[in-house]
Amino acid sequence: MKALKCRECGREYPLTATHVCEFDFGPLEVAYDYDRIKKTLTKAAIESRPKSMWRYRELLPIAGEPTVGRQVGFTPLIKADRLAKKLGIRELWIKNDAVNYPTLSFKDRVVSVALSRAKELGFETVACASTGNLANSVAANAASAGLKSYVFIPSDLEQGKILNSLIYGANVISIKGHYDEVNRLCAEIAGKFGWAFVNVNMRPYYAEGSKSMAYEIAEQLGWRAPQHTIIPMASGSLLTKIHKGYQELVKVGLIAESSPKVYGAQATGCSPISTAQKAGLDFFKPVKPDTIAKSLAIGTPADGFYALKVMRETNAAAEDVTDDEIRDAIKLLAETEGIFAETAGGVTVGVALKLIARGKIPREDSAVICITGNGLKTLDAVNGYCGEPREIKPSLREFEALLDKDEKVKA
Amino acid sequence: MSKKVRIPTPLRKLTNNEELVEIGAATVGEAIVELQNRFPGIQERLVDEKGEVRRFVNVYVNEEDIRFLKNRETPLKDGDEISIIPAIAGG
Repeated sequence: MKALKCRECGREYPLTATHVCEFDFGPLEVAYDYDRIKKTLTKAAIESRPKSMWRYRELLPIAGEPTVGRQVGFTPLIKADRLAKKLGIRELWIKNDAVNYPTLSFKDRVVSVALSRAKELGFETVACASTGNLANSVAANAASAGLKSYVFIPSDLEQGKILNSLIYGANVISIKGHYDEVNRLCAEIAGKFGWAFVNVNMRPYYAEGSKSMAYEIAEQLGWRAPQHTIIPMASGSLLTKIHKGYQELVKVGLIAESSPKVYGAQATGCSPISTAQKAGLDFFKPVKPDTIAKSLAIGTPADGFYALKVMRETNAAAEDVTDDEIRDAIKLLAETEGIFAETAGGVTVGVALKLIARGKIPREDSAVICITGNGLKTLDAVNGYCGEPREIKPSLREFEALLDKDEKVKA
Repeated sequence: MSKKVRIPTPLRKLTNNEELVEIGAATVGEAIVELQNRFPGIQERLVDEKGEVRRFVNVYVNEEDIRFLKNRETPLKDGDEISIIPAIAGG
């Protein structure tokens, strides 16, 4: 790490807990010395390290060794032949962060970085504004690190996501409002209490954790960037960081130069970024979210401008899907690949289907779908949409009758 | 009763660490001009060369984003509170 640098004007700041440029409110980002990193971060060095996202440690923004979430990442990249057939594409991979450690979402990556850095900076209390997954991860990782935590969530969250924060003993504060309102409040709180707010004053460090998803995908593909990556968008940060991750691997000489395209997926009920992209705009209009994909329900996406820019520059596209399409896609992924994704995963698979059907992603190409969260946390969304178990008495005759009936239906 | 502006941390150096500033302006646009008159330099932090609110600055009147109201033309009445907040990543 060299410094924090404003993405808008390039002004530099020291590596402290601060996130916006004093001059134009532009987001601050960590600057690295890539020439130096290039010397030590070789394929051999990486491959000799433990299978976690920390094997790319030089490209992640902490000063010393990681102290929180050392086992995070290196989730499976699955060749999804059965889903590929359904979507009508030659080759398809799924990066499955639904089984990330310890809280089953990609947020474990960003939180591991943010809390390791927070400890380096001497914080004892950590906090976040969250649509659920981030809160779960902050709560769990803070517990294991012995840090005090406050997590702020909108009050309409899924029960699973609420319990998954409470169980770790975190202070869970439920706000009567949607995520954008939680965010606004947290921005005001963060300025006041001197806590490490992972997505406010720790954001420059936090956001970088997402890059590790790109590093892993490239390594797992045999050190190359995929032609197409489909990524869910809430604030738009993950999409921009995955793109940055691919670019950095080229910069430090780990993969060859190519033109990987990154596609953004949103729910129609909260689609400020995809709506702008489809209209050819470089700015978005904030919306009031209304979708079952609550983890993506951010109406004022902080990185929306950059997400639009990256999609434009890589000549990619964005799409969105309705609540019904989200549920259908969750089922499709489960039935073809045995992966139960949360609603955001339904959004991403549903959008992949649309992009391929509309020819935006060519059928003869190869694509990666990023699954970022686990379906067990959003059971409410599919409850009543995937059938009911059929009940019989413990009797062989009843079971045979049931099978008979199934056979007749098939015939 | 007057109207108030809540100053975000990154701008408090300009307001001598004042967190809550009372103003008399009748619209959000006028409020920014009034702030500039009292705290020179604050305007260019909030709006660009064309006078538009910068893209990473979110302005709220009584907790509602002014982009859902009338942007800079949003009227202010006694008791209103303006918040200026940098965009935040999520989720």
